[in-house]
Amino acid sequence: MENWSLFSLCVLLGLTSRWAVSFHSYSGAGKPPMFGDYEAQRHWQEVTYNLPVHEWYFNTTNNDLNYWGLDYPPLTAYHSLVCAYVAKLLNPEWVELHASRGYESHSHKLFMRATVLFTDILIYIPAVLLYCFYFCDGSSKQKVATALCILLYPGLILIDYGHFQYNSVSLGLALWGILGLGLGWDLFGSLAFTLALNYKQMELYHSLPFFCYLLGKCIKQGLIGRGFFQLAKISLTVLVTFALCWMPFLSDPKQPLQVLHRLFPFGRGLFEDKVANTWCSLNVLIKIKTLLSRETQLFLSFALTLLFILPSSLKLLSKPNLWQFKLALVNSSLAFFLFSFQVHEKSILLAAFMLPLLVKDGLLLPYVVTSLAFLFLSLYLLSALERSTEEELRLGLYRKLTRHWLPKLNLSRIIKWKFWFSLVAMAALSFTSVWLEPPAKFPDLFPVLVSILSFLHFLGFIIYFNLVQLMEPQRKKSQKKTN
Amino acid sequence: MSATSHLLKVVIQTVMAAPMTNDQSWFYALALGVSFLKCLLINAYHSTDFEVHRNWLALTHSLPVSQWYYEATSEWTLDYPPLFAWFEYGLSHIACFFDKEMLVVPNLNYASPATVLFQRLSVIVADVVFFYAVKECCKCLREDKGKDLLGKPSFILTVLLLWNFGLLIVDHIHFQYNGFLFGVLLLSIARHCQNRHFEGAFLFSVLLNLKHIYLYIAPAYGIYLLRCFCFTQSNADGSLQWRSFSVVRLVILGTIVLSTFAVSFGPFIALGQLPQVLSRLFPFKRGLCHAYWAPNIWALYNIADKAFSILGVKFRLLDINKLPKASMTGGLVQEFQHSVLPSVSPLATLVCTLLSILPALFKIWHRPNGARGFLRCLVICALGSFMFGWHVHEKAIMMAILPLSLLAVDSRKDAGIFLMLSVTSHYSLFPLLFTTQELPIKIFLMLLFTIFSLASLKTLFRKGGALLNPLEVTYLLGLIPLELICEFVYPLTVWQKTFPFLPLMLTSVYCALGVTYAFIRLYISLLTCSDTTKKTKMQ
Repeated sequence: MENWSLFSLCVLLGLTSRWAVSFHSYSGAGKPPMFGDYEAQRHWQEVTYNLPVHEWYFNTTNNDLNYWGLDYPPLTAYHSLVCAYVAKLLNPEWVELHASRGYESHSHKLFMRATVLFTDILIYIPAVLLYCFYFCDGSSKQKVATALCILLYPGLILIDYGHFQYNSVSLGLALWGILGLGLGWDLFGSLAFTLALNYKQMELYHSLPFFCYLLGKCIKQGLIGRGFFQLAKISLTVLVTFALCWMPFLSDPKQPLQVLHRLFPFGRGLFEDKVANTWCSLNVLIKIKTLLSRETQLFLSFALTLLFILPSSLKLLSKPNLWQFKLALVNSSLAFFLFSFQVHEKSILLAAFMLPLLVKDGLLLPYVVTSLAFLFLSLYLLSALERSTEEELRLGLYRKLTRHWLPKLNLSRIIKWKFWFSLVAMAALSFTSVWLEPPAKFPDLFPVLVSILSFLHFLGFIIYFNLVQLMEPQRKKSQKKTN
Repeated sequence: MSATSHLLKVVIQTVMAAPMTNDQSWFYALALGVSFLKCLLINAYHSTDFEVHRNWLALTHSLPVSQWYYEATSEWTLDYPPLFAWFEYGLSHIACFFDKEMLVVPNLNYASPATVLFQRLSVIVADVVFFYAVKECCKCLREDKGKDLLGKPSFILTVLLLWNFGLLIVDHIHFQYNGFLFGVLLLSIARHCQNRHFEGAFLFSVLLNLKHIYLYIAPAYGIYLLRCFCFTQSNADGSLQWRSFSVVRLVILGTIVLSTFAVSFGPFIALGQLPQVLSRLFPFKRGLCHAYWAPNIWALYNIADKAFSILGVKFRLLDINKLPKASMTGGLVQEFQHSVLPSVSPLATLVCTLLSILPALFKIWHRPNGARGFLRCLVICALGSFMFGWHVHEKAIMMAILPLSLLAVDSRKDAGIFLMLSVTSHYSLFPLLFTTQELPIKIFLMLLFTIFSLASLKTLFRKGGALLNPLEVTYLLGLIPLELICEFVYPLTVWQKTFPFLPLMLTSVYCALGVTYAFIRLYISLLTCSDTTKKTKMQ
């Protein structure tokens, strides 16, 4: 079968599962007075449409910041404005100032879901297709299989089409950035990533690798000649993009400060709810939230985040190629997730670890179906488990070290058994979270267990990926895609 | 190797990550994938058929057998044969564990989340029969060794059947149990292909007792079994050898059929309720056409009648006052009085149907072509009844498409006809899902199935030119503007209020052209096909 038909089948399957998930409930459905993220997005359309720009991020009589005030950068606000114009055409009641609070109707839900689908088709899906086409190894069938697995990834589908968010826009733009860098179009890549950053500040997780990669590349080209010129062009692109996005807010010095204040709410504390990062897990043993002062918490999280991303970034700076870049992306985002301030569980976009959130939203069925489907599909199509020998895991050096102490260990078998053990643990926790009642003494037992289990996994991943990036044993396949 | 042990082996192999030496794993992957998709559609729109089946669960559970065909609290009375009622009875015992309230007969339109979950899951689980039948059908195909997976006829057939757009839309959104029923039909066909005729006949009589609409294709079965099974041998040129008649076989076949009917209708005959049961099974439905005209001959007949009456009034050949009221308002009423052309009675449709299938039956009596000829005749019987029947539902086209898929992966002419018929009839199912929420789903799934069938059949038959000639391609492409007009443009115009049925009429007339064309082509291919019994594996 021809390539184009296989790719279009993948896209159609991805689109069908996305829209089918959207039939289910969304966050805060039918739960006054605050509702949930869905209501937040609707409220932003209302605010951006009805109020002038300089009032968007400020607390005024017309704009109560306590009721889902804007806390994403300006591009999200502009996106909401565009959606609001369309909403006004269809039904003005949806964006009526004040009167439309808590508005819920079937046609409105269809409209909101349609906006997510539209941006997905426009931004995220083409990026995934191009990525698989250009940057995946293997035959065209393997590329299609990879594309299918990425498109059916449960985390993104459940959060965007279930809980309701627009992660596909920021992730899609970031992916376009990676594509740009991979194809050697540095300016385009920086432009795309800057736009992603201006859409959701969470993309800061990925910013350091982008910076180090581009800087390293320029240094390699010689800081006196072409390298400097390239660096200047990239910086100019980034600055101009920022300026264009923030233009309405640059008239008054108070504006950018307020926006930044909304984007980075340091006043809200080290963490909220149950997040699978270090602080939440540590809190179970030592109550650091209450023990340390706000400033100490900030300093500690800053220091640890920096500690964990520094090795990976420096390595990337010294060896700016695509493989290092991808690894650095993973390491940087994991480090930020684990150690930074005020992280939300959605930031990880890994389905199983958002289970309590999904159950609260009434999304249990799509969670089970999409996770099972994804798991089965990845195992079947990508033969994930077959590739768990040491070579594939690139842990050759690690093996040398452990050979002295644990000579009889068969690493690949350990990995396989560990994989199945994790799966069983996740399934068991999912089951108990939904069907069993926690003991009265520990009402939050199951969410806490979920976050601790997840935290241990992430800790393991960050160590593993750092090892891989820093040791960098020889790759078997040719390095034809490196820059 | 039985299916369960096979599945277990696949699971264990996945666990141990051993390489898949067995090449049947793709079947289970496809089956699992489509089941996941069906699970995601649990929350989609469901039609009144959902309430129909809930009502049947309730009445078979709460009432004694003697009341089943008399119960009329709900308007959706039991109008399937007794074996289906027993199936619902069995399901109702599992329904107890989900929500007891659904089994209370007066709870009309009861649709709690547990009820929806149970009913949807019952359709998904009943599809296991369909999976098994598809697997058996794949065994009847000619296999080419060494082809890559996506080009194998059995892979293509599996996807065409398991992921069939019509079944997904009608069963898992609109809500019916067609997957299960078609599973029994395909299994019966597979058994005939494998020369296990007694099993095939038994399965078909069971099917007739599950849903009597399959009477449409009973003539094909009757003639085929009589000709190819009861007459054990043919002459060298394929003609009938009268002396080879086997009374034993005929008697056994008769016993199988009669005993199935006895088990099914027996209790009701004993209770003296047979007339009542028959009146429920064959209600005298008013109207030549359903509210939405099925894309058959009568749709074309209706539109011709309308055109003549409008032209007649325009050219003052007819007096507008003398014409029946309904024909000029443009509305679709059940009782359709034709104004210019003669009105059509149920008897007339029966005669037309019989006339349309007689040549095909005669052909397989005269020169049977083994199982393939039987299959072709079956498709023609299904299509003929669809084309000329009384009060036909557009869903009935599925009876022609699913068996035609079996032929499509075997011969390139049939592949062309299949593409024409399947795309047209799948499009004609669109009005079944009229909600805005389901619009993207039906478009995505339609594109999915169409792109797959086009691309895979084209690859399978790449030697020998294109499968569809330019005229056919133009016709199929014309479906795109038709869809845009009917679903997107027309609702925004001023005519939406005055002529709300115009899009439906356009759809059924346009599709009727395609279906008629496919019917004619299929007939021609049956009447002109040479006797290839010696060459084919299917015998």
